[in-house]
Amino acid sequence: MAEALSQSGKARLGRIVIYTCLLIVALLYLMPLWVMVSTSLKPLDEIYGGSFIGLPKVVTLDAWRAAWSQACIGTECTGLKPYFVNSLLMVIPAVALSTGIGAINGYILTKWKFPGANFVFGLMLFGCFLPYQAILIPMARTLGLLGLAGSIPGLVAVHVSYGICFTTLFFRNYFVSLPDELTKAAMVDGAGFFRIFWSVILPTSIPIIVVSCIWQFTQIWNDFLFGVSFTSGSSSPITVALNNIVNVTTGRKQYNVDMAAAMIAAIPTLVVYIVAGRYFVRGLTAGAVKG
Amino acid sequence: MSTLEIDRVRKSYGHFEVLKEVSISIGTGDFLVLLGPSGCGKSTLLNMIAGLETISGGEIRIAGKTVNELSPKDRDIAMVFQSYALYPTMTVRQNIEFGMKIRKVTQADRAKAVKTASDLLQIDHLLDRKPSQLSGGQRQRVAMGRAIVREPKLFLFDEPLSNLDAKLRVDMRTEIKRLHARLGTTIVYVTHDQIEAMTLATRVAVMKDGVVQQLDEPQAVYDRPANVYVARFVGSPAMNIVPAVLEVQGSTATAVIDIARRPAARIAGITLSSEALQRYAGKKVLVGIRPENFSIATGAAPPSLTIDFDVVEPTGPDTLAVFQLGGVEVTARLPPKQAHAGQEAALSVDTSKTVLFDIESETRID
Ligand SMILES: Nc1ncnc2c1ncn2[C@@H]1O[C@H](COP(=O)(O)OP(=O)(O)OP(=O)(O)O)[C@@H](O)[C@H]1O
Ligand SMILES: [Mg+2]
Repeated sequence: MAEALSQSGKARLGRIVIYTCLLIVALLYLMPLWVMVSTSLKPLDEIYGGSFIGLPKVVTLDAWRAAWSQACIGTECTGLKPYFVNSLLMVIPAVALSTGIGAINGYILTKWKFPGANFVFGLMLFGCFLPYQAILIPMARTLGLLGLAGSIPGLVAVHVSYGICFTTLFFRNYFVSLPDELTKAAMVDGAGFFRIFWSVILPTSIPIIVVSCIWQFTQIWNDFLFGVSFTSGSSSPITVALNNIVNVTTGRKQYNVDMAAAMIAAIPTLVVYIVAGRYFVRGLTAGAVKG
Repeated sequence: MSTLEIDRVRKSYGHFEVLKEVSISIGTGDFLVLLGPSGCGKSTLLNMIAGLETISGGEIRIAGKTVNELSPKDRDIAMVFQSYALYPTMTVRQNIEFGMKIRKVTQADRAKAVKTASDLLQIDHLLDRKPSQLSGGQRQRVAMGRAIVREPKLFLFDEPLSNLDAKLRVDMRTEIKRLHARLGTTIVYVTHDQIEAMTLATRVAVMKDGVVQQLDEPQAVYDRPANVYVARFVGSPAMNIVPAVLEVQGSTATAVIDIARRPAARIAGITLSSEALQRYAGKKVLVGIRPENFSIATGAAPPSLTIDFDVVEPTGPDTLAVFQLGGVEVTARLPPKQAHAGQEAALSVDTSKTVLFDIESETRID
């Protein structure tokens, strides 16, 4: 009896230790976010006058307003708004195209195997490991030849071609676990290539579509290197504009505006994770526990 | 409803020859079972009939028409797969209707076809469920329903019962047989279960390594197996194959089999063609005896052999008695309680059912 008690006592102690550790780590992780949020809500004078970490004495949304519509980027004082729109114009077609093409690629590579299909897949896998820097110059040449240099459609093309490697990998690995008999049954039923894709394969693929979209969205939205390399001025995506706001200010550094701008740039990816995050985990494990 | 001719059909994957000159021909309303062990090429052949695999050589004709170059949808066939392959995101009704929708069958006709098929298969209460909400047997029925509404010339079944438990398998077997009797459609059915083959087929093709060993009615395959392989594959327990020496007396032969520490067994009165009698007189052969063709010798007929039982396994309706004969283990199926382990027994053999095989080629001697 006494032994059982001390056993459960020990278990409880262990639990307390674990939770304490988790709490500390979580707080550590949330620290920068806290600094960002509180700083963005303080007037500039308060930041320069007092502590960086403490609660704001006066809560004001001025910094957010400034970041959104007034901050100067280069010579234009438009705030992040037009660049936010640029990023949306870039990310939506790029995510849709790369996910769509990845899905068709995965479908062909698993259900319509052709001689050398595995070799092609191998090449695509190789593409996943290509460092960004390696393709900058050839990509710039190609965009120039296509007449897309410095434009948002050009940036979309870059993200689509770079993203296809990953989306193809996602979809191929998901479709491999779908039985081939499914496609055969549909063929006997008289369905063709696209009909099978639309009516049989895609409806089963919601989890992996979500995974692909989240992955592509965060990659493309957060990308800086391609944005800074292939666009300029008013066609820049938000990451480039953010960098310019933070770096190019003259006079006192406007920490509150910088923080608000960074938060604005991060909000869409946060929203995507919160809305679709549970599908993300489910999709990543779906291949393993096929049902 | 139609005939099916498989004419010297071959299939290779690279250098690996899966099917070597397979020829099978069946008539309208036949129930052909392709029977063979795993990996012998049954599914490959079925997929070739369906048009899901290309044909490396030879010809397949459905209702007299060559279909080699036709796509599956133009062959007028319907197929039931081993895993059922129901579309997971569609309801049962949508599963059954899918093919008809593609063929642009009108809404009213589709509804009628679904009604007929679901009544026939007793799945009308399941029509709005998803496949994941069905039991194995129910999925099986839905897969059959999807095939039936096609009203094809030819049904193709690829091991449709192998994912079911033993009891359900027997029930569904009866169901399929009833369905065949009702619809009369020609069926090609793949299985590695010899009992399914025996119970369902009007014609059985026993296959091994991409070669058809025998194509015949099930009873003929059972009684007159073309070779040792077929003899062993069909029937459970398997046919006993025992080495013997053939003695010829006039128009009949006697198989003489050694028994350790006993006089040799003499299975007399085997009828053979005069040609075979001449050729095999005094030669070594293999004798095939089904377990049920042994019986305890009674006064009327002289015993063929006297042996000692090693092991006795009662199964309920009868008893399997194992003993040594000609240096191999042999099983006899005897009425219950007639055999006891370690007991000496005099047995007689039904010679009309005994078959002989060439010891080299292992083919049947007639
Ligand atoms: N795409 C392929 N490439 C190479 N070899 C193949 C391919 N498909 C099948 N095979 C081979 O062909 C042979 C026959 O396969 P098949 O699926 O027809 O066997 P089966 O008789 O249906 O066996 P089971 O009872 O296990 O289903 C096997 O040895 C298999 O390894
Ligand atoms: Mg098979």
